[in-house]
Amino acid sequence: MQKITCESLIEKACELIENGTVSRVIGWKKGEFDYDLTPAVFANADEIKKNFIYNDFSGANFSKYLIKETRKGEGKVLVFLKPCDTYSFNQLLTEHRFDREKVYAVGIPCEGMADIAKVKAAVGDGILKITSEGDELIVENLYGDVNKVKLADVLAERCVNCKSKKHTAYDELMGEDGEILDNNRFDEVEKLENMTEDERFAFWQNELSRCIRCNACRDVCPACTCEKCVFDNPKSGVENKAIADSFEEKMFHIIRAFHVAGRCTDCGECSRVCPQNIPLHLLNRKFIKDINTFYGEYQAGEVEGSRAPLVNYTEEDIEPNDAVKREE
Amino acid sequence: MQINNEFKPKIVAFCCNWCSYAGADLAGNNRLAYPECVNIIRVPCSCRVNPIFILRAFQRGADGVIICGCHPGDCHYTSGNYYTRRRMALLFSMLNYLGIEKERIRLEWVSAAEGAKFAATMNEFTEAVTALGENKRLEDLRCKK
Amino acid sequence: MRKCSLNSLNAVFEKLANDSALYMPVDGDKGADYKKWEMGDELSSALNTNRSAKDFFFPQTENLMEFKVSGKEIEVIDTRDEKEDFVVFGVRACDAKSFDILDTVFLSEPCDSYYANRREHATIVTLACTRPSETCFCNVFGIDATKPTGDVTCWKTADDMYFEANNEKGKAFIEKIADLTEECDSKAVEEQQAKTKEILKKLPLADLKTEKFGKDKTAEFFDAPEWRELSTSCLGCGTCTYVCPTCQCYDIKDYDTGHGVIRFRCWDSCMYSEFTKMAHGNNRLSQLERFRQRFMHKLVYYPTNNDGVFGCVGCGRCLAKCPISMNIVKVMKALGGNDGE
Repeated sequence: MQKITCESLIEKACELIENGTVSRVIGWKKGEFDYDLTPAVFANADEIKKNFIYNDFSGANFSKYLIKETRKGEGKVLVFLKPCDTYSFNQLLTEHRFDREKVYAVGIPCEGMADIAKVKAAVGDGILKITSEGDELIVENLYGDVNKVKLADVLAERCVNCKSKKHTAYDELMGEDGEILDNNRFDEVEKLENMTEDERFAFWQNELSRCIRCNACRDVCPACTCEKCVFDNPKSGVENKAIADSFEEKMFHIIRAFHVAGRCTDCGECSRVCPQNIPLHLLNRKFIKDINTFYGEYQAGEVEGSRAPLVNYTEEDIEPNDAVKREE
Repeated sequence: MQINNEFKPKIVAFCCNWCSYAGADLAGNNRLAYPECVNIIRVPCSCRVNPIFILRAFQRGADGVIICGCHPGDCHYTSGNYYTRRRMALLFSMLNYLGIEKERIRLEWVSAAEGAKFAATMNEFTEAVTALGENKRLEDLRCKK
Repeated sequence: MRKCSLNSLNAVFEKLANDSALYMPVDGDKGADYKKWEMGDELSSALNTNRSAKDFFFPQTENLMEFKVSGKEIEVIDTRDEKEDFVVFGVRACDAKSFDILDTVFLSEPCDSYYANRREHATIVTLACTRPSETCFCNVFGIDATKPTGDVTCWKTADDMYFEANNEKGKAFIEKIADLTEECDSKAVEEQQAKTKEILKKLPLADLKTEKFGKDKTAEFFDAPEWRELSTSCLGCGTCTYVCPTCQCYDIKDYDTGHGVIRFRCWDSCMYSEFTKMAHGNNRLSQLERFRQRFMHKLVYYPTNNDGVFGCVGCGRCLAKCPISMNIVKVMKALGGNDGE
């Protein structure tokens, strides 16, 4: 498949803004380095030509920004959606979180995004320049070395286990659409399930104890769209700003994952942004896996308007006491 | 709580107003004994039980939590307990995934006519939790005396 | 100056750990973090630990006092634990400088006795940098990465570890490990410093300018139109504030334990919607205002109150950790910090 180029996206964005289809463009803005791109709203073609960038680090999922962006200003917003982003997009539409009429969605193919931490682990720190050549990244550093690393070896976790290259929503598609993929995203979950209770407890205690309660996982999550989070509401009785006891980290992470259960599209943003590198996707995927097992295969965001498993039921549903294997 | 070296658990039982709470009432009327460590919290429907309530109960010192509601199909609000069933299936499974002892949390359907079942369930559940001992994995150290 | 070979470094650590708790950055599978040293732990070569070294003096949560209520009696219990001496080894120049900034806040009158207690009992042993990252810009704030401050400064070369005391506390430290180290000249250290300085000049952020910011610039930047665009994609999470070695805001809250009340303080973030919420409501209602507060504090408010010293040490953690890659460098450049070159 032809890799989509930054130039073609800039051209498309300029064309749509100049012919009046859209008034603003949500895109990635150049950073200080080749990997620190910031989501930005561009209002004219000059800005786009100057600062718009699309490369192997354009990982940020823009769907959630549509809630805020469609509430202001006149005209439509152009948004570029990678296949996985379209799932979040659809899910937000299903929940009526933004006005579809105010969005012009352009689907773009994606071959997976690189994780800068993995790049640094592979070739070291002090990176000055990263360029893409074929399936390789060429990394130049401060010390005059030029290293090559295969994109496939430094892909973000969510891209290694990519669930779909197929766009589930768009107004216009650039390039070719892909297929829903077979993947191994539940392998890690299964590994944990097969551990003993004590081992699982030790694993999560170790992971969750590193949480600093920055709330980045919640704030970036396209499924976490409450206007006021229960953990920010002093009247809720569970509001807390910091982990004062190891109980609170468990409370926060169980409830965070539970609140998006059945609605989480497994976009992987939570794990991407965690400053403490906690594998938060393993909580979300446990719910997804259980939902698939108990209530039949369900992929949030695949079909707009689909009924989420937790607001649905059948008379034959599994009993909670049986949901956990009683023998071990 | 530990008195005379004998562990007495704290049990929180969320009972729906229409079936299970009436079931508890019936158990009392029939002089059926169940452990005094069971603290009943009446809720309008079992689906009122937010997962946060359950975790809060553990935080505040519960050693076991049991949710009781009308039998599937008998919900006073038609379908509330069906939603409970799905939510709790996922929550129980998640707690177990995090390494929390699965015997600490249970769901039972108890109708208004099942006073005997209510008492038997509470006896059995209390016994199971007593065997497990104190809740250590979902405790909040600040709330311990 | 004294030195020991890297082979005998473990013996030095062992000696120190026998005397008092010894903390240092140790590599884990998720990056380096400070850890209490135990036999077998190796000093990490990482530049930044995930969490900054401020945790030692300003922990994320801390109980201040407890209240026990019985009838009409209220008993107030002081819960602070009298700290014992401890050593923090391998602090980088940026984090070492952050202690000065925190000291200004916590040790000026009225002095924060909780903070002061920990500060008094700590010996800070710093480690000079040799392989800076592209995200490093401590030089911009006048910090010398080749000669960090602290009670003792260390330089690690290919074969040896060099020690130099900077004050009385440092001398006591050197005294403690005297029989494991030998007196030496500073030639190897100077060579290393010269080499590192060449690299520091080449850092991509080395040319960042601070002149436009600082004391009494509030009026100039408060209403700058750039804030809108800069803050537009800010998620309002607390990552930047919590990984920052100089962010020092906290909240004090009461927690009802069911048998008493614990008054504790915990980190707070100006990025949060609940930050400094008062009876009348909140004084910064939009993310733009909250975003502006953080950067104005680092670049203008703090210098205004503290003789022009900036509230940033250029450690680069926010550059690496921000979910949307927005950071103080981008803010400074967008506000025209580097214009007119």
